[in-house]
Amino acid sequence: MTIQNTSLPPGRKPLDMRRFLDDWVMLLAALAIFLLCTLLIDNFLSPLNMRGLGLAISTTGIAACTMLYCLASGHFDLSVGSVIACSGVVAAVVMRDTDSVFLGVSAALGMGLLVGLINGIVIAKLRVNALITTLATMQIVRGLAYIFANGKAVGVSQESFFVFGNGQLFGVPVPILITIVCFLFFGWLLNYTTYGRNTMAIGGNPEAALLAGVNVDRTKIIIFAVHGLIGALAGVILASRMTSGQPMIGQGFELTVISACVLGGVSLSGGVGMIRHVIAGVLILAIIENAMNLKNIDTFYQYVIRGSILLLAVVIDRLKQR
Amino acid sequence: MELNALTDAGACLRFSAIGKQFPGVQALANISFVAHPGQVHALMGENGAGKSTLLKILGGAFQPSSGHLQIGEQELTFKSTAESIASGVAVIHQELHLVPEMTVAENLFLGHLPARFGLINRRLLRQQALELLKGLADEIDPQEKVARLSLGQRQLVEIAKALSRGAHVIAFDEPTSSLSAREIDRLMTIITRLRDEGKVVLYVSHRMEEVFRICDAVTVFKDGRYVRTFEQMSDLSHDQLVTCMVGRDIQDIYDYRPREHGEVALKVEGLLGPGLREPVSFEVRKGEILGLFGLVGAGRTELLRLLGGLTRCSAGRLELQGTELKLQSPRDAIGAGVLLCPEDRKKEGIIPLASVAENINISARGTHSTLGFLLRGKWERANADKQIKALKVKTPGASQKIMYLSGGNQQKAILGRWLSMPMKVLLLDEPTRGIDIGAKAEIYQIIHTLAASGIAVIVVSSDLMEVLGISDRILVLCEGAVCGELPRDRANESNLLQMALPRQRG
Repeated sequence: MTIQNTSLPPGRKPLDMRRFLDDWVMLLAALAIFLLCTLLIDNFLSPLNMRGLGLAISTTGIAACTMLYCLASGHFDLSVGSVIACSGVVAAVVMRDTDSVFLGVSAALGMGLLVGLINGIVIAKLRVNALITTLATMQIVRGLAYIFANGKAVGVSQESFFVFGNGQLFGVPVPILITIVCFLFFGWLLNYTTYGRNTMAIGGNPEAALLAGVNVDRTKIIIFAVHGLIGALAGVILASRMTSGQPMIGQGFELTVISACVLGGVSLSGGVGMIRHVIAGVLILAIIENAMNLKNIDTFYQYVIRGSILLLAVVIDRLKQR
Repeated sequence: MELNALTDAGACLRFSAIGKQFPGVQALANISFVAHPGQVHALMGENGAGKSTLLKILGGAFQPSSGHLQIGEQELTFKSTAESIASGVAVIHQELHLVPEMTVAENLFLGHLPARFGLINRRLLRQQALELLKGLADEIDPQEKVARLSLGQRQLVEIAKALSRGAHVIAFDEPTSSLSAREIDRLMTIITRLRDEGKVVLYVSHRMEEVFRICDAVTVFKDGRYVRTFEQMSDLSHDQLVTCMVGRDIQDIYDYRPREHGEVALKVEGLLGPGLREPVSFEVRKGEILGLFGLVGAGRTELLRLLGGLTRCSAGRLELQGTELKLQSPRDAIGAGVLLCPEDRKKEGIIPLASVAENINISARGTHSTLGFLLRGKWERANADKQIKALKVKTPGASQKIMYLSGGNQQKAILGRWLSMPMKVLLLDEPTRGIDIGAKAEIYQIIHTLAASGIAVIVVSSDLMEVLGISDRILVLCEGAVCGELPRDRANESNLLQMALPRQRG
């Protein structure tokens, strides 16, 4: 293909409609669905429901931020659901035994970081497929969660721990604030740091990234380690909201997170992804789920609908690329 | 002339006012010409002139934004590759579309394997495959996996596949770019045969000698526009054609000027590693351009990959300006200032979905960012613009995705990546493969400027003229070992080839 038009002034370009759509269409769709729900469903906009919606977004949103990095680098992580459960359990158990919120949260985050590190090292250094690696750690960590918890929920009695899940700042629940901070931080990280750009390069063309001098292995390990850590953070917040660590929680959560990312426009094959994709995907999934709950749609049907939406989104995406 | 018995034999291929618009780019504008049956019709032009786009339209991979194709009386617009194939068109692409892990026979009949109730009739498959390959590539065993064939053989399989579908129009997109001399000869014979059978043969190549050898007509493109068609090759001189393509004389394309050479920059002693049969030793001085020549499989690329830290050496020693250089990874080489431009741009060079600026800045940004990881937007923009300007990368802007650029401009962007870094030794693997003459000349100029500034350059190339044109000294490899060395003034085509040819053993 030729590019003849070299005389374009730098910087200013005519608005490229296609590019604009590629970048923003899903976020606009999320907005449209939101407006539609506002009009069609009573109570949708009520403060109580908005709060519930925000909380529903928070767990998926936080984990999706770092899943974006896994996907953008051409991998994915199935262990995040188990990490969420296990970190909650670890926090609860450590707090029960030491009565220290600080130790409990630290232990939970440390556990997540460790799982992520193991994932990253096995994938980057031993070159094991990410699907297999995280499928294995998903089961291991789930098992550990049950073992630590002795098979049942572990209650938390430390009041100060509940700040993470139930606290408020300026009238906004803390989990929602943390989610917003995560969106901003990881969005910034992706675009304005070598780490973020290297992540995209690795997903876009691993060979070229290696030859260009990108420290591919280290970047991959960091991606998974951070994902483990942030997964654990989401788990701590969830445990705080439920005032207990529950080993059975978050089954299939990893797929929800990946669905949200892909729905928003993150490519499964790597090299394509922006934080606004993630925000859009998370919003759309959460709003639709919330709307279905308000409309009292049976859970069984909800599965079918959610799957169909995901399928539709990726099919549209493929058609767009034609 | 013996005409094929197909119904549309004898039909012309006519391009009528074909245009193709990509977002922000007019790749083709108003292309009209006719290719006659029983002729080999060359399409020439610099890279990015629109030849590949036209072939993709012919093959049904792209749909034209305007205009149409015509075979005989039939007006056609292909909506898919399948439609194109069904209409008797076969495009043999540079990247061959074969399944490496399947056998030759399976590849030949992929999509219509002889089978009953889903059970493949192996005997019939083999028999039909043998028939197809007969006279084309008799030595190929249909049972062989395609992965085990040479590139030239794979191409023949692709041609056999096209013929098996009764193709009347056969288009070759730079078919010889990775073939050995012998394989090229055979391909030429086959193309001549196709021509004599009355097929329409389109032939895209940058190699003048091939075009003059087998083509009967040439159509020249420039910047997505039709320039002119020469119906009589005999009236046409080499220089005339080049001038028509670039509007510039061919003499000064290599732009060689003698330079002073400084002290030894890189010293290689007894290097052994994958792809090398015997220990390799040589040195290259500051400001020197060392050409590495050899046939495919001689170990040139492998040697360069060892020097670039991509593969690890099993023995030997490297010395960079007097200090030992130990390479564990490309990062070590890059850190030391030994920079490699890989052979396969698409696979190992560019990050296709990323912007031109990203592709330029990726390596150097580490040292130009705050605390080693916070990008400095000002430097990012300034450096990308600087390299784009200095290397004359043709792009609508630094934020354009690099995959939309032509090969020559992608290569320049990768050179820009290394020019942003401290450089001592530049390793170039086939720096101008698949690049048009105009961009080639620009790349040679860049190489010379770099050498003149005291950088040692090692160039691997299978283009004999190129090696002779730009090198100060030429090292010849053969079957994984150094088999000779020639200074510029003593090297010529015949003694280089003589050296590069494997000796008959035992």
